[in-house]
Order: sequence, then C-alpha cells, then structure tokens
Amino acid sequence: MDLMSLTAVELGRKIKAKEVTVREAVLAAYDKIDEKEAELNCYVTTTKEAALAKADEVQAKIDAGELTGPLAGVPVAIKDNMCTKGVLTTCSSKILENFVPTFTAEAVINLEKAGAVILGKTNMDEFAMGSTTETSHYGATKNPWNTKHVPGGSSGGSAAAVAAEECSFALGSDTGGSIRQPSSYCGVTGMKPTYGTVSRYGLIAYGSSLDQIGPIARDVTDCATILEAIASYDPKDSTSIKRDDYDFTSALVDDVKGMKIGIPKDYLIEGLNPEVKDAIMNAAHKLEEKGAVVEEFDLSLVEYAIPAYYVIACAEASSNLARFDGVKYGYRTPEYNELHEMYKKTRSEGFGPEVKRRIMLGSFVLSSGYYDAYYLKALRTKALIKQAFDKAFSKYDIILGPVAPTTAPEIGSSLADPIKMYLGDIYTISVNLAGLPGISVPGGFDSKVLPIGVQMIGNCFEEKKIIRAAYAFEQSLKAERI
Amino acid sequence: MANIISDETIDYVGILAKLELSPEEKEEAKKDMGRMLDYVDMLNELDTSGVEPMSHVFPVNNVFREDVVTNGDDRDNITANAPQKKDGAFMVPKTFV
Repeated sequence: MDLMSLTAVELGRKIKAKEVTVREAVLAAYDKIDEKEAELNCYVTTTKEAALAKADEVQAKIDAGELTGPLAGVPVAIKDNMCTKGVLTTCSSKILENFVPTFTAEAVINLEKAGAVILGKTNMDEFAMGSTTETSHYGATKNPWNTKHVPGGSSGGSAAAVAAEECSFALGSDTGGSIRQPSSYCGVTGMKPTYGTVSRYGLIAYGSSLDQIGPIARDVTDCATILEAIASYDPKDSTSIKRDDYDFTSALVDDVKGMKIGIPKDYLIEGLNPEVKDAIMNAAHKLEEKGAVVEEFDLSLVEYAIPAYYVIACAEASSNLARFDGVKYGYRTPEYNELHEMYKKTRSEGFGPEVKRRIMLGSFVLSSGYYDAYYLKALRTKALIKQAFDKAFSKYDIILGPVAPTTAPEIGSSLADPIKMYLGDIYTISVNLAGLPGISVPGGFDSKVLPIGVQMIGNCFEEKKIIRAAYAFEQSLKAERI
Repeated sequence: MANIISDETIDYVGILAKLELSPEEKEEAKKDMGRMLDYVDMLNELDTSGVEPMSHVFPVNNVFREDVVTNGDDRDNITANAPQKKDGAFMVPKTFV
C-alpha cells in the first residue's frame, strides 16, 4: 500500500485503526523525499531524526487514547516562514540563513497538539515575495507535473511537496494568493481563511494586514479538517478573531441546491487563457447540475486591486523587514566600521533583488510628501474594493472564478518583467485586500497536462459555503472519473 | 515614462530603507520604481473623495492584558542567534564616535 498517495484524513484513519504505525507513515514520507527531492527541491530543511522521535511519542499517545483526532500521526510540511522552535527558519532568505527560533508559531503548535508530525520546512519565494518560488536563496522548486515549469508561489515548496507526495499535507501562507496560486499550479487544494481566523503569531510578517496561514492538501475534506485544527483565537495576535464557529468539517456536504453563485464578468477578460476559462465554466456547469443558480455579474474595480495591493503590501513589508538589521539574529556582514554601515551592508548583502525592490517601493510610498498620494490612496481603493465585494455578497453566496490567468509558466520566464508577473495575481489579490476566505480546487488540466485550479470566494466568516461548494464540485469530478 | 526617479530620490529611499546600492543597482532601481509608480498611478482614475482609508477590514481594537510576566528568562537561547554577543547581551559597533 502506498501510504503517501492517501489523503491526510485517510492516513489518519488507518493510523487510528492500527493498520499503520506513525513511524511507518513518517518513514514513507521520507522515502518519497529521498526519491524526489534532488529533482524538485521542495524543502529547505528536513528534520528526520526529530520526526521519528516525535512519531514514537505520538504513537504512544494514540495507543494510550490521549490523541484521537483525525490528524494524529499524519506527516506534515511547514512553510519556512513559520517559526519552529529549535529548527532553522530561513524564509528562504540569506539574511535568516542561520536563524533558529526560540518559539513555535501558534498554528504549528495547534497542529502538534493535533498529533501531526513535522517533516521539515518548505521552500518559498524569499519572504513570500513572489509568484514562482524562484526568488528563494536556496534554489527554485520545480513543478512535480512538469519540472520545466514553476510550482507557483510563494508557497511553492508546500504545494509541490503535497503534489509530489513528499508529505500528506502542508501549511502555507497567503498574502496575495500565495496558497491558492501554487495549489492551482500543482493540482492540489489550498485554502486561505478569513483574515484573523488562524493566528499569525510566529509567522514572519510580510504584509501584516493581508497575511493568513492556511492548509494545502489533497482534497477539500483534508483542507476543512486541517483548518479546524489550526484555527484558534490567540491573544498573542492582536488581529486574531474569536469566531462563533470552528466546525468547518460540518460543511462537507454534497449539496448546493439553491446556492447562488456569481461569476464576475470582469474576471473573464483578455489575458485569461481560454483553457482556464473553459475549466471555470465547466465548474459552473457542474454546480448548476447539482441545483446551484449560476449568474454572471459585474464585480467592478478588478484591475485596481493589483496597484493597491503592491502599495499596501510593500509599505507594510518595508516596515516589517526593518527588523532584519544584523543585530539580534541572522546574517551580519563581515566587514564594517560603524553601525549604519553595518545595517546597510548586512541588508544589502542579505536580501535578494525582489525583496529590495519591494522594501524600496514601500519606503517611498510611506515617505513624507508621498504618503497621501500613494499609501492613503491605496487604502481608500481598498475600502472601495471591500464595498464591491459587500455588494456582490448581498446577492450571491459565493463567487466563482479562476485562480490565475494561466497554468504554471516555464521556469525563468516570469522574473524579467515584474509588472507582468504581478498581473498574474489579479484574481487572488482582492480577496486578501477584503479579508475574505478563498479556496483553490483542481478543475482539470490544460493541453500541456498542467493542472488548472478553480477559485471559490466567500464572504468574511463564510468558509463553510465555499467548503460546501468545493466539496460538491470535487464529488462531481470524482463521479466522472469512475 | 511619466515618473522619473532622480538620483536624489533613490539615495533618499536608500537611507529610509537602509540599503546600499551599487551604481548598477541604483540605475535598475530608478527604472523599476518609475515603472511601478506609472502603474500605481492608475489608482488616480478612481474618485476616492469622501472615502475613508481602510487599514483593516474589521474593526480592530487594542488588546489589553494584565501587566503580569508570563514568559520566562530565555536569554541564552535568544542570544544564541546573535551574530555577536558579549556578557549575555547583543554586541553592536560603537554608536558614539
């Protein structure tokens, strides 16, 4: 039996039923890692010894009846921007090449409490700034479906590791699409929850008002189950929200009868690959067959989300990344005479080009004389975008659309033109600006056999609606395959 | 290109961002930033008069707690990450010359 082809929930069930030991599951994951890692480069760090020790510990707790949850004993990979106590956490940057946190991110602690076993830390775009995982200081990750193509980003290592079966599931983070877009490119299921649902404590910040941690997994059931495990109110994160409902798995119901689904006409624009469009329309048709009411509508303001996002995200990044100064942790330049020279050389040598580009833009838009014209203008645009979504959700239960305009591009084809690369985020970015939940579910393949993701967007705190729609769509595709 | 970034501006941004750019990087940065700002200028097409800037989508309030120490002394582990340390403290170059 190939343990790594199972979903996280299936594997957890077998472990619970004593058909498989935790150690066997963890070793199966490392076998896959050994087999594929040289080609794919999904991980920055693997922690086999610690994982095997943990496996035995978790097994003992399962045997004693102390751990009974669905993820007990299931091997997981963590994006390398979440702090893990005693384990190198690099953000795929040179500036954190030797950083060993003294504490663990709250979302990861929640997973550990659920009995999941951490295999290692996954590769990403440096500081989560990118859409291809090519800006990593530790080399690019390859797309498991075709190694000439990127896995997407910035959670490219996590998505590729799930697709390549180098873990049963993974955690990613999403600031402008960084969970959903690589999930789409790698043919896996990824979800960004409502802002504030999962604690950001211990997540190395990029754009704090936009960042959310979420699951990347084999299917919708796994996603809902993982989200249920990691979501919590955390006083250590001042933007954490006490929710009324955390029972996301209760929405795993194959029923969309009467659900109102809107497809923004302004998503189906020039630049959207026709094969991707077909996949979206096919998803709409499948949901219609199950009784959903699908309609096209004008969302408006779609193209303004990208410039607003880059102003806001870069502004926050310039402030958040000021902490990397060569004093308390991480890289310090070897030669310097005085403090400011030390700061400047450390940062110039420690950050890659994309990170520097965003820090500079952020510093500029926050500087006196430009703050109103750029930063406040972007925040006002954000308010308008939120209003547009509010209006849409007064009519529709969920919004259906693409995740990205194309399937995974070839390695080396994106970085030369940053603005063109940023345009690829058009369908994901506004979701972060408005704080909404969004899920990417596999919706077929293009003619090059690269996966296409379908995005479902819900109103704030309405994860259950997108989980239900995504689950129903997934069941339709399954039924078709049989 | 509508936005021309001057040498003075890019030097000023370098000071704010605490980044030291080589002459080639500086030229590249001027071009990049000019292009990005041209793109961002698209926002000026929108009439946002009377719209309040929205920093957070939900009302966020300060979170207070009692002023009680809950974490222990973790100095050794924390300073273990320091590039340079001395007597349990972070070591930096002389700040007064």
